[in-house]
Amino acid sequence: MDFALSEEQRMFRAMFEEFSTNEIAPIAEEMDHEEAPPLKVLQKAARQGFLGATLPEDYFGAALDFISYALLIEALAKDCMSIAVMLGTHVSMVEMSILEHGSEAQKETYLPMLATGEGGRSSVSLGAFALTEPDAGTNAKAIQTKAVPDGASYVLDGVKTWVANGEVASLYLLFAQAPGGTTAFLVPVDAAGLTIGCREPTLGLRNVPLNTLYVEACSVPAANRLGAEGEGWAIAEGARRRMAITLGAAALGVADDSIDVATQFASERVQFGVPIAEKQAIQNYVAESAAEVEALRHLVYHGAWRADRGDDLKFHASVVKAFAARVARRVTDRMVQVMGGYGYMEDYPLARKYRDARALGIIGGPTELHDVRIAEDVFAEYEVEVTP
Amino acid sequence: MDFTFSPEHKALRRMIREFAEREIAPIAAELDREHRVPMGIMRKLGEIGLLGVCFPQSYGGMGAGEMGYCILMEELGRVCTSTATNVGAHIGIGAMAIHLDGSEEQRRKYLVPLARGEKFAAFGLTESNAGSDAANISTRAVRDGNEWIINGGKIYITNGGYADVITIMAVTDPTLGARGGITAFIVETDWPGFEVAREEDKMGIRGTSTAELVFDDLRVPHENVLGKVGEGFITFMKSLDMGRLTLGAACLGGAQGALDWSIQWAKTREQFGAQLAQKQSIQWKIADIATEVEALRSLVYRVAWMVDADQPFTRLAAMCKLYGSEVASRAIDMALQIHGGLGYSRDYPVERAFRDARIAEIFEGTNEIQRIVIASRLFREHGVRIGP
Repeated sequence: MDFALSEEQRMFRAMFEEFSTNEIAPIAEEMDHEEAPPLKVLQKAARQGFLGATLPEDYFGAALDFISYALLIEALAKDCMSIAVMLGTHVSMVEMSILEHGSEAQKETYLPMLATGEGGRSSVSLGAFALTEPDAGTNAKAIQTKAVPDGASYVLDGVKTWVANGEVASLYLLFAQAPGGTTAFLVPVDAAGLTIGCREPTLGLRNVPLNTLYVEACSVPAANRLGAEGEGWAIAEGARRRMAITLGAAALGVADDSIDVATQFASERVQFGVPIAEKQAIQNYVAESAAEVEALRHLVYHGAWRADRGDDLKFHASVVKAFAARVARRVTDRMVQVMGGYGYMEDYPLARKYRDARALGIIGGPTELHDVRIAEDVFAEYEVEVTP
Repeated sequence: MDFTFSPEHKALRRMIREFAEREIAPIAAELDREHRVPMGIMRKLGEIGLLGVCFPQSYGGMGAGEMGYCILMEELGRVCTSTATNVGAHIGIGAMAIHLDGSEEQRRKYLVPLARGEKFAAFGLTESNAGSDAANISTRAVRDGNEWIINGGKIYITNGGYADVITIMAVTDPTLGARGGITAFIVETDWPGFEVAREEDKMGIRGTSTAELVFDDLRVPHENVLGKVGEGFITFMKSLDMGRLTLGAACLGGAQGALDWSIQWAKTREQFGAQLAQKQSIQWKIADIATEVEALRSLVYRVAWMVDADQPFTRLAAMCKLYGSEVASRAIDMALQIHGGLGYSRDYPVERAFRDARIAEIFEGTNEIQRIVIASRLFREHGVRIGP
């Protein structure tokens, strides 16, 4: 056992935190109020190599291990969870799926563009993951979007909802039902028949564009099929497991920073003649939260370490995500309480963190679904059938 | 024992519910979006007598007692927390202080138009260094012949931006502190020296006005001293007891509304080939919240009965506020979770209710202060004095 980060990982962490502190922290509140996708920050992130965080250097990636990548997501989420979720979607769900399942031609066509952020439709080229549909949320297997073979192409028809990075993406990893089963497709933004619909206004994560996506008689070359027909579910699962750990890292960042903000407030805020930090009620909130964040920290790094080893993440990804969502919710809630009225005002960062953290119970699969997966694994040895 | 509502109270509830659903529910989302106080609704509530619901008929009220007032707050809380908050600040603490400790002349002059909704009230207690530590105010009132000259300011004053009459607390003898050194005044907001400095941008209850007030040589006639000189702190604490009970009633309505939405959605939404209602994860959430809502309902109306029966209720009012706000938060958190992505979307009312509910754990005395009130009363019975 060795719980220490390597020299290199520590150096990376310092660099990630410096980026977040300098480039994101000063504008985080303003960005949240304006709700615009943070393309300028992502461009700067691209120049640092963050957009290709885990990709090999051959594809202009930064070749980070998953632990270092988790440190990056954590650092970004300390100042802005929206950016962490956008980058996580891009790297964990889109790039790494292509790296794992793509043909050499697909990798050479798409990965350099995604890794550098250059050459796409908007000022920064992002990937988006289009799985969820109006009637297939938690039950993603129920998707109805069709992919009908037509010579050397497929014709896609259907509706996708809650597509993160939707209106700013250059490439969509889209899932549809082909004759051979659920299948993944790489759909470029300029594909005829692809329409980006309305953006969902949300409680938090207000910089993440979440759009509805329509594909109507949308013709995609068979060369853009990722993996084989029927392999889509395995590809989606892999992406969702990596994203679960990535969201764990985001939860860690937002929860940890909430404690920093609220403890500083508690040390300065005087009521009843003393800083409120001297009150046991406040100490209890902080102590419980710090313990939970510490547990989460090791759980997240452990999940990332397993990802680096190439382990089956089914159980661990859900454990990380379910625990992370609960911890981030509880910790941000307590820290709002520590700040009292100031915690409720939009001029201070806690209200935003609280709204953002609440997303973690829902995005990347609701906590109830992760609980089912954990239970499935726990009961497996007794041959109990666990269904959602 | 008799747990039934009188025919009059049942009729009152029917009337309020009908009004709330016809007039308030349809515009609740708009108030939130536009950050607008529903002045039209406030005037209509006044015209039909509801803003005087608990005040005696001899002062322009309806004479429906604290029981009737709790019914009003429950029904408003069910459809729009902002409206409930505006009404609560007006009746429950603003006008209430005048009802409790005003002279006959003051009641004639101020309570009557407030009860009729011809004028609106607010309650000025909190200052930047006096939040939970309410006695630590520094707004100063100095006697000058038959007038008092007030200098200082208040923050986070609900209804502060539009009230006509504000009861404020100021230091009249700095050597005496809370018991003897603080006096309550009735202030008309169009007097010279009274200024609304700014309004807050809040996470929720965005259909309310939360203002910062500045008093610059504000001259108040001696006849506007509310209660006796030096006894203002007691007047304010008594008003807050009333406010806490009725805030609990508003939370009851909010929790009931969240439960109703959850049941409705669990019935409608199908995943994995079955209604969500068929899933135990959902059933248990609903069973737990329904139990808490029933417990809260019993608590709120029992304490309302105690007030109408002239029994002491300070400790129980704190319990209504503490338990009510936590039940409401848990209930709306559940509703958001059951609604999944739709719960997180600003296009659906759950999201607004989630942001709105969070304030109840903070204002009218944070829940930490309620715990101190409850504990100190309990320990006092055992001869132990405890400080905050």
